[in-house]
Amino acid sequence: MAAMVLERPPQVRPAAPSSPPMPEPIVRVVDAQRHFGATAALNGVSLSVDRGEVLGVIGRSGAGKSTLIRCLNGLERLDSGRVEIEGRDITGLHERQLQPVRRRIGMIFQHFNLLAAKTVAANVALPLKIAGVPAARRQARVRELLELVGLANRADAYPAQLSGGQKQRVGIARALAAEPVLLLCDEATSALDPETTGSILTLLKDINRELGLTIVLITHEMEVIRKVADRVVVLDQGRIVEEGPVWQVFASPSSPTTQSLLQSLRPKLPSGIADRLHPVQGESAILQVDLAGPAARSPLIGQLSAMLQAPVRLVHGGIDHVQGEPVGTLFLGVPNRGDAPARAVRFLEEQGARVERLGYVDDDA
Amino acid sequence: MSTMMLDLLLRSTWETILMTGLSGLISLVVGLPIGLLLVVTERGGIAQNLWVNRLLAAVVNGFRSVPFIILLVALIPVTRFIVGTSIGTWAAIVPLSIAAIPYYARIAEVSLREVDRGLVEAVRAMGGNRWTIVREVLVPEALPGLAAGFTVTLITLVGASAMAGAIGAGGLGDLAIRYGYQRFETEIMVAVVAVLIVLVCGLQWLGDRLVARLDHR
Repeated sequence: MAAMVLERPPQVRPAAPSSPPMPEPIVRVVDAQRHFGATAALNGVSLSVDRGEVLGVIGRSGAGKSTLIRCLNGLERLDSGRVEIEGRDITGLHERQLQPVRRRIGMIFQHFNLLAAKTVAANVALPLKIAGVPAARRQARVRELLELVGLANRADAYPAQLSGGQKQRVGIARALAAEPVLLLCDEATSALDPETTGSILTLLKDINRELGLTIVLITHEMEVIRKVADRVVVLDQGRIVEEGPVWQVFASPSSPTTQSLLQSLRPKLPSGIADRLHPVQGESAILQVDLAGPAARSPLIGQLSAMLQAPVRLVHGGIDHVQGEPVGTLFLGVPNRGDAPARAVRFLEEQGARVERLGYVDDDA
Repeated sequence: MSTMMLDLLLRSTWETILMTGLSGLISLVVGLPIGLLLVVTERGGIAQNLWVNRLLAAVVNGFRSVPFIILLVALIPVTRFIVGTSIGTWAAIVPLSIAAIPYYARIAEVSLREVDRGLVEAVRAMGGNRWTIVREVLVPEALPGLAAGFTVTLITLVGASAMAGAIGAGGLGDLAIRYGYQRFETEIMVAVVAVLIVLVCGLQWLGDRLVARLDHR
C-alpha cells in the first residue's frame, strides 16, 4: 500500500512546477515603491525574511524603514510592488481581508501603545479576544505570557504604573499572545535607556531562539542590530544600500551610510593621540587596522613584531564578537625605522586586514 | 419661610433635577454616537467619510449656533408633536435635549480625538475591526474626558433649565422669576440661588470623583 502511494505521480502544481525544495520565506517584498508627495519613502525595495530569522533594518530617520515595516502588516499601502506573507500576496487586500493576516503578525512599538484604561492582563488578552479565544483560555494564556516576560506579578497593574522597560515587556507579551508567525519591532528600544534596551533585546533574542519566531526589527542604532539581528538591511532614502549577515557588514561595510552608522560602535583613536599625529615624522607610525574572521583570530601583533624584529605596540582598540565572529579595529604603533611601516602595512594586508596609515607620533604619546 | 414656600422650593428643585437628568441622559445616549461618528468619519479616521462628516458637522453647528431661548420657542411645534403639550416640565425636556445633544457631541468629539492614534494603530495591527477599535480603544481610553464633559453638560443644563421656565417648565428658574423677581420675595430668590449652588457644586464633585476613578493614565 505504502509503495503504491509513493509511486503515484506527484501532483503537479501549475504555479511552481520546478520550484526548489527551499523553505518558503515568511516575508517577501518585491520592488516596493511608496511616495509621500515628492519624497520617496520606499524606492524599489526588495527583500525576503526566512523562517526563524531575525532581520534588522537600519537607517537614519526618514530612510523609509518605518514605512517598510508598516507595509508588512498592511498598515501602510504601497504605490507599486508586492508584499507577500507566508507566500500570500497581501498588497491588494482590503482592511477587512487584512485582519486575519494581521492576527498572525505581532507588532511592538517605540512608545509601547498600551491601552491606558486596561490592566496589563487585559492588554495582553486583547489579541486573544479579537481572535475569538474563550475567556477561560485567555486567562491561562495571559498568565503564561506574563510569566514568559517576567511580569506575572503585575497582571492587575495599569500601564501608567510600570516603567518603560516593563511596558515594553507587556507590549511583547501582547504581541506574542495570538501565537504569531512574525514579530515586527518598530524602534522597540528607542525610548528606553541603554540598560533596559539590553534586557529587552535579550528577551527578543530568547524568544527568537526558544519559539523559533521570525522577527523583523527596525532601528537607527547599530548596537541593536549587533545584539539581536542575524542579517541586516541598510536603508537610505528608500533604497537598500547594503545587505548581508551582520558580522560581515560590521567587518567590511561597503556603503558610506553603513560606515557612518557604524561610527559610534567603532573604537576611535583617543583625541590625545590624534591631536599629536604628525603627517610625516615621528618615532612610531600609527596604523589603523580593521580586521575580521581569521585575521582577527591569529596572533597578529606577535607575528608582526617577529617579522619586523621590532616591538609593535597596541595603542588602542579591541576585538568585538558579532554573531560569534571576531570583528575589530586596532590602532598599532610600529617603529618608524627604515621601511618597517610599509612592510607592516603589506604584511597586515596579506593577512586580510584593512590598513590605513594615520600618521606618526613620538613614543611618549 | 412658610411650609408652602418650602414645599414649592422642594418641588421646583425636583423639577430641575428631572429636567437636567433626563435631558442629560438623552444628550449622552444620542450625543456620544454623534461625537463618535464625527471622529471616525473625519479625514484619516477609521471610517473616513467626508460627506457624512460635513453634513453632521453642519447640523451640529446649526443647532449650536441658535441661542437656547430662541430654540425653546422655535421648537414648540416639535415639542407639541412629541409630548403632546408645549407647557410644563416634560415639555421642556425636548428643547433641553435638542440643545444638549450637539453640545455634548462636540465635547465627546474633542475627548475622542485626543485618544492617541498609536493605540488605534496597535489594535489595527492586532487584526481588530472598526467596532473593536471603538469598543476597546476609543471609548474606554476617552472615558475620563467623556465623563468630565458630561459633568459640564449637566451643569450647563441646570442653567438652561432655568430658562425653560419661560415656557412654563417649572423648576428653580421659574420659581425664582415668578416669586423672587416678579413678587419681590427676596427670601425665595436667595433660597433658589443657594439650592442651585449646592446642586452645581454637588454635580461637579460627583463628576470629579468619577473622573478620578476612571482615569488610569
